[in-house]
Amino acid sequence: MSLKGLLAATALTGTLLAGALASSGAALADPVKVGLVSTLSGPSAVLGQHMRDGFLLAVKELGGKLGGQETDVIVVDDELKPDVAVQKVKGLIERDHVDFVAGVVFSNVMGAVVKPVTANDVFLISGNAGPSPIAGAGCSPFFFSASYQNDQVHEVLGQYAQNKGYKKVVLMAPNYQAGKDSLAGFKRHYKGEVLDEIYTPLGQLDFSAELAKIAAAKPDAIFTFMPGGMGVNLVKQYRQAGLADTIPFLSAFTVDETTLPATGEAAAGFYSGAPWAPNLDVPANKAFVAAFEKEYGYVPALYAAQGYDAAKLIDSALKATGGKTADKEALRAALKKADFASVRGNFKFNTNQFPIQDFYLVEATKRPDGKFQTQVVEKIFSDYGDAYAEKCKMK
Amino acid sequence: MSLALFLVQILNGLQLGILLFLVAAGLTLVFGVMDVINLAHGVQYMLGAYLMVTATALTGSFWLGLPLALVAALVLGLVLERLVIRQLYGRDHLEQVLATFGIILFVNEAVRMIWGASPLSIPMPQALSGSVPLLDGLNYPVYRLALIAVGLALAGGLYLLVTRTRSGMLLRAGASNAPMVSALGVDITALFAKVFAFGAMLAAFAGAMAGPILSVEPGMGDSLLILAFVVIVIGGIGSMRGAFIAALLVGLIDTLGRSFITDLLKLVMPAADANQAGPALASMSVYLLMALVLFFRPRGLFPAPA
Repeated sequence: MSLKGLLAATALTGTLLAGALASSGAALADPVKVGLVSTLSGPSAVLGQHMRDGFLLAVKELGGKLGGQETDVIVVDDELKPDVAVQKVKGLIERDHVDFVAGVVFSNVMGAVVKPVTANDVFLISGNAGPSPIAGAGCSPFFFSASYQNDQVHEVLGQYAQNKGYKKVVLMAPNYQAGKDSLAGFKRHYKGEVLDEIYTPLGQLDFSAELAKIAAAKPDAIFTFMPGGMGVNLVKQYRQAGLADTIPFLSAFTVDETTLPATGEAAAGFYSGAPWAPNLDVPANKAFVAAFEKEYGYVPALYAAQGYDAAKLIDSALKATGGKTADKEALRAALKKADFASVRGNFKFNTNQFPIQDFYLVEATKRPDGKFQTQVVEKIFSDYGDAYAEKCKMK
Repeated sequence: MSLALFLVQILNGLQLGILLFLVAAGLTLVFGVMDVINLAHGVQYMLGAYLMVTATALTGSFWLGLPLALVAALVLGLVLERLVIRQLYGRDHLEQVLATFGIILFVNEAVRMIWGASPLSIPMPQALSGSVPLLDGLNYPVYRLALIAVGLALAGGLYLLVTRTRSGMLLRAGASNAPMVSALGVDITALFAKVFAFGAMLAAFAGAMAGPILSVEPGMGDSLLILAFVVIVIGGIGSMRGAFIAALLVGLIDTLGRSFITDLLKLVMPAADANQAGPALASMSVYLLMALVLFFRPRGLFPAPA
């Protein structure tokens, strides 16, 4: 038996593991074309699915039209790979001649596609990712965020921990850029003592070692950023280790409607930060959540809400220009007005074309029908812009 | 760091090691007996977890669901052997890698289509939920203690099966000289099919047991598969005893590394640097161990007789 073959096999698995499913539709001559870029395969596909479903729901409600124009939405899967995303986005621009590119769940994908899209004078409407370079010095007149700037959600929890008077906390995040940014975001408003910053390998399954450390450190609270399956594992194990009753669990992008079906009861009472929650008391939101659950049969997460808003934003701008997309300046001015009923209620654009909006502390709660969702506990920030806007030269 | 914390971390290491052993056991069995590199072992682990999700939902009970899921996994293993693996006996390892890699892509995508992309979970059996205080207020989940016990029992059972039974004798004989076993009138094709299906069931058992603590999601087996390969390379390919020792070793090194390397580094360098270097070093520790073992014992700790 060949050890070499086996080692090669191990290496091969490590580098090649991926699923690929690309879907792209052929386009007709005249209608408005939107390329919707989302992560639809691999372990994080559920986030992309929420965003896609939210966006398509809005288009459907508008009768398949945006701004009164027949609209083609071409959905592509970025596979969570920046190089694949760039290739597909180039196809959208050069072959399909899209007027807008919307979506993008992950910041590393956004970092890769922002130049190819905006350099071709095509509008890029983020449905989620909001990396700091694009909010700051790298801002572009062709980039609009229908979501938030990445740091803000972490800042919500930091501010909450500060308000609450927690003296000492333990922070934990995966050992990659977004994880480090997350902890930096938390510390922007939190002034208490950080007992320990634990960095775990990306994709870690078992947190027993870290949980034992946290139990031994006895902090007033922990803050963590563990997206996707890592978060599901952490939440279940946190509850099983008996920590949930003694040390409050604050997190960002860890406990939401994408993970709650898996964590269920284990996450009940855990706090997160968000610009939106399914029960946010805004008429447009009530209608959205009801329509979404009726259409797809699951509770929408933030990604769905933002996808929905992204479509509504494009719709509002096209209405203002009478459906015309040729005059980019006019289209940009129309987008900038954000003249649509956001499911978040309060929504306007900052100078860097990122939203100024409210942020809330939300809590995972069981609904009367047995499903779980996040619910607003209190407003932490009002009319909150991001920390990078002043570095952006646009006015 | 207190002694209690250290002991709890050792327990955590053991528990991770046991989980790794459950996955690696089937892998090393299939490789040792059939000489097939089965990259699909990871998705068989995943399938076990998903079958368990469905089985517990159907029966409403962990204990009734478990045998149901295992039988389903056994049947799927037989089907997979008949359709794909049987074509691979005696072929080049690279072809086996490519074919079983194809199975990974196929099954991951199929699982996403059948069960959806959202992570799922298996409810923990009531009797094993909750935690018990061990020393100085540090709690330990009952389920994890049960997992350690089950793993040890399974290791013992496998040992008896391989060394003390007629099937075990055939396994060992098949591993050392399959043509000779065949010449003596044993249906080697049927034996291989059974071994493969048994391996699939072991993987599924690991998945089903891990379900209550880990999230059940597409691709969940992929990262574990790499660790399982590390385990069988360290243990000596085809050796059950090697897999057991190596799994515990890898579990302990990984857990203790994650728990203490950063703190130890903080004693000799600034905290910020330690926070940088510690996690990096901790995630490398298992592979460093493998490199060391390969350097001194190129055929692993317990090489199977060639």
